[in-house]
Order: sequence, then C-alpha cells, then structure tokens
Amino acid sequence: MPASSKTRTSSTTTTDSGTMAPVPSRRFFSFRKDSREKTRGWLYVTPALVMYAVFVLIPLIMSIYFSFFRWNGITPMKWAGLKNYIMIFEVPDLLGTIVNAFKLVLFFSFIPVALGLIVASIVHRVASGQFGEIVRTVLFLPQVIPLVAAGIIWGWLLARSGLINQILGAIGLGEFTRAWLGDFTWALPAVGLIGIWVLLGFCTVLLLTGITKIDPALYESARIDGASWFKEFTSITIPLLRYEIGVCLTVTVTNALAAFDIVYVSTAGGPGNSTSVPGIQIYILAFTEQRIGLASALAVLLMILVLLVIIPIQRLSREEVGK
Amino acid sequence: MKIGLGERITGRVFLVLIMLMTVLPFISIFITALHPSNTVPQGFEWPDDPQWGNFIEAFKVANMTKLLASSSYIVVAVVPIALIISTMAAFAIGILKIPGSNILLFLFVFGLTLPFGGIIVPLYYLERIIGIYNTRLAIVLPLIGLYMPFSVFWMRAHFVNMPVEISEAAKMDGASTWDLFWHIHRPLAMGPITSLGILMSVWTWNQFLLALVLVEDPSQRTMAGALGAFQGHYATNVPLLCAGTILILVPTLIIFVIFQRQIITALLQGSVKG
Repeated sequence: MPASSKTRTSSTTTTDSGTMAPVPSRRFFSFRKDSREKTRGWLYVTPALVMYAVFVLIPLIMSIYFSFFRWNGITPMKWAGLKNYIMIFEVPDLLGTIVNAFKLVLFFSFIPVALGLIVASIVHRVASGQFGEIVRTVLFLPQVIPLVAAGIIWGWLLARSGLINQILGAIGLGEFTRAWLGDFTWALPAVGLIGIWVLLGFCTVLLLTGITKIDPALYESARIDGASWFKEFTSITIPLLRYEIGVCLTVTVTNALAAFDIVYVSTAGGPGNSTSVPGIQIYILAFTEQRIGLASALAVLLMILVLLVIIPIQRLSREEVGK
Repeated sequence: MKIGLGERITGRVFLVLIMLMTVLPFISIFITALHPSNTVPQGFEWPDDPQWGNFIEAFKVANMTKLLASSSYIVVAVVPIALIISTMAAFAIGILKIPGSNILLFLFVFGLTLPFGGIIVPLYYLERIIGIYNTRLAIVLPLIGLYMPFSVFWMRAHFVNMPVEISEAAKMDGASTWDLFWHIHRPLAMGPITSLGILMSVWTWNQFLLALVLVEDPSQRTMAGALGAFQGHYATNVPLLCAGTILILVPTLIIFVIFQRQIITALLQGSVKG
C-alpha cells in the first residue's frame, strides 16, 4: 500500500497531465480481438453498467421526464410542457434557492480555499516537521465526521446560549449576540461558517500536498534572498499550485451547490426561505408538498448548474497544467 | 533557511489558533453532554456534577447496538460488491480495451459530478415499484450504482498506467482473461483498491440523504441517517443530543485515528482524480 500509494501520488503531479485525460494513449496494449474475447470483455463491464444504468441513468431520465408534468405522485400525470421551469424562474422563493446556492459558494468554496492556501503556506514555512503533521491531522478531523453531525454540533454552538455568543460576550461584544441560525440576515453566513469549518482542513491538506511537490530549490533560493512569507506566497506558491487550487474549487463548489445535509440539520432552509438551497427545496417540494414535477424541474436545473460551473473550472486548471 | 525567530513564533501561534478553532466545537459538545439532561447549559461551562450517565442513556435511547449493526451491514453489503464490479469494468476498459471503451468511459465519467439530490425523487418512486423501499437494500443498491462513476474512473486510471509487458507476458504464457484479471492485475491493484474501499466505507457510513428519503425506520439506516432522526426526537434536550452525537462520532474518529494516513491519502487522491 505505501509503495503503490507513492506511485499514485507521483502520477498526479502538476506536470503529468497525461494521466488525467480520458483518452488512452498509444503505448497501451490492446488484445487481438477475436469475437470470443469481445463478448468476454463485455461480461466484465456488465455488472457495473447494469447497476449504474438502473440506479443512476434511469432515475436521471425519469427526473427529466417528470419535469415536464404536473404530478402529485398519486393521480394521473398531466402534461405541463415547460411550465415547471418557467415557474422556477418566476417564483422568487424558488429562484432564491439558486441564488442562495451561489452565496454558499463564497463560504463553502472561496473562503476555505483562500484560507487553506494561507494555512498551508504557513505550515510549509514554519512547521515542516512533527508539528506540521499534528496540524494536518487536527484540521482534517471535521472532514471525516458525518455532515449531519457537523450540523448538529454547530446548531448548538450558534444557539442563543451557545459557545459563539458566550465568546462574543466575553470579549465585550455582548450586543451582537443573537440566535444566529434563526436570524434572517445572519442564518446564511452562519451556515456558511459550518461549511468553512468542515472544508478548511480538506483544502489545507490538499494544497499542502501540492506545495510539497514544488521543487524545494525554488523556496530555498527565495529564502536565501530573504523573501518574506508574502513574497514567497504570491510568487511561488499560488502560481505553481494552480492545478491543486482547481481541484479544491471543483470539490468545494460541487459541495456548495449540492448542499443538503448541513442545511437540513441546522436550519432546514429557514428562517423563511433565507437558507433554502436547491437540495432542500427539491426535498420539500417532492416529499412534503407532493409537487413531483416542479421538484424534478429544479433537480434538472441543479444538475445542469453543477455541470455549467464545474466544466470551466476543470478547463482552466487543466489548461494551466499544460503550460 | 532565513526564517526569523519572530516569524516562526507568529506563524506557529496562528496555526495553534486555527487548530483550537477546529477542536473547540468538539470540546464544547463534550462538556455540554455532561450537563444534567433537559437543562440548557451555557456553551462552555464545566458542570458541577458531571453526568457521565448521559452517554449510557443516549446509548439506550438511540438504540446504538442496532444502529452499529445496521450501518455495518450496509457498509459490508455496499463496499465489496462495488469494489469488485467497478474493478472488473475498469479492467475491461483500461486493459482489455473492449470495443466501445471510450463511449463507456464517457458514460461513467458523465456521472461524476451528479448531485444525489438530482435523482433522489425518481429513485423513491423507482424503489416503490421494485419493492425495496424502506429496506436496507433501498440504500445499498443505489449507493453501489452511484459509486460506479467514481470507482470505474479511479480504477481505470490505475490500469491504464500498468506496463503493457505485464499483460503481454501473461498472454504469452497462455493465461485466460480471467487469470489475467484475478491472478495478475488484481494483486497489483491492491493499493488503489484499498484506498477506494476506505473512501467508499466513509462515504457510506456518512450517507444521509438516501437514508432519510428511502428508509423510514431509523434503525435500518446508516449512522448519519439515524443521527438525523435522533436530532428530530431530542432537539430540545441539548445534553442528551450532544451525548448521542458524540457516541455516533466515536467509531468514525477511532477509525480515522487508526487509518489516518490511508484516509487522508485516499480522500486527496480521490478528489485529484475526480
């Protein structure tokens, strides 16, 4: 395991973009294909393909199909054309979920990635040994617990008598205390804070792994020249970590747009609709309000949205790898 | 290395603060869990009379033995099957290069960014039709399907980097396709298979949405799903809720401490590849 994990890691270095591309290269062997081997080869793919088709592709097609109907799940379906989609863009509460998803991107993605860059570069500069290992492990803890647990823990910390208000009171900011998750203005940033807590460690460790792959000579010569942390950060770390930053953004942005667990547990979309995101709204529309068509239209939009946001990020980070 | 002592200290103090902010929430719920049941304690206040019994009570009311069994059952049902079938598919695509490999690969990769929320509604109706709704299979079977894009992609990335000579030599010795898969390539792929197995176990254990929608009975759910239900019942009893949350976290945290190197590596590679 350790040996092969090393080769694995090295195959994903910033320069080796070949392994990432889905196009198989010429040097790989392919068997002479008599018809018996062909059929046999397909037998190997079939189980995976069947599971994927039945539990992912068919539901996907059903989602698209449902989205063109009015249906309460019981009585016959009624053709609705594009009415469900039009409705999402016309009803502020529905469109608001998509707006909220983008606001969450700031907290779930941009802040953890930016902060992660800073933390990783500091670890690299002043804590390379045992201490750095401890930082890595501790920051990673929130990443392994269920998001539901993160939501419950923070639901309590952000409550009126929770730790956050207690700290604010202790440092003389008593007048700012409130029930954060029940506040129309502050609930969304409060949910965002949970996301930062969960994702910071992931981003830090990923970026740190990237930094250790950068040629140490670059850092050494910079340090011999007496470069400050900031200079080192802007002229070496950020430019050479573009690929890792791209990966971090891809993962965290997907997390933000498809958020469900944390929001469901901490606010369930409230107060009002101030923290409602597509995932939550789909759940409510389908399973509380029995509006299957509308829920499906929102689901289809969510899937398109994720693709639209992820593809450019992937393109950008890969292009820069090639340079 | 010209890093001043001042900078060294400032940097380390900053890191200690960040670690403190990460750990403080855990400590806070731990202390809260020791307060008398049904009281509303301050966020950070050691109780006069620590109620260690809260953990026992939470263990009983949350039905922990059953939950552990149920979650383990789901993990044990999902992970080995998903590992075997995805490795076979990746072998066919990456090594055998069966006709249509590129199309197959594209089809799998297409599912990589799919949010579970996008298909949860039809999944519910589909499972009612098949008749597995509200059983553990309701979580197990879709999870296997949902893991296919990532696992096939991941294993193929390994196979595609294997030297051609290995397969050629085996073929020369008269190995059948199955021999080539089971006796030659599977042992060589144990590294990535292990990482993938760890990843899928963590994901399964923590899976919430599928458990919430597809299984009504919390004792048939995953750990995360059961925690959701526990919160619903004991939302007002903060100490008990905190005690229950800690109990549910303990198995994950123990596993993390034991396998932290593998878990971190697996999760990172997973995202780099995905």
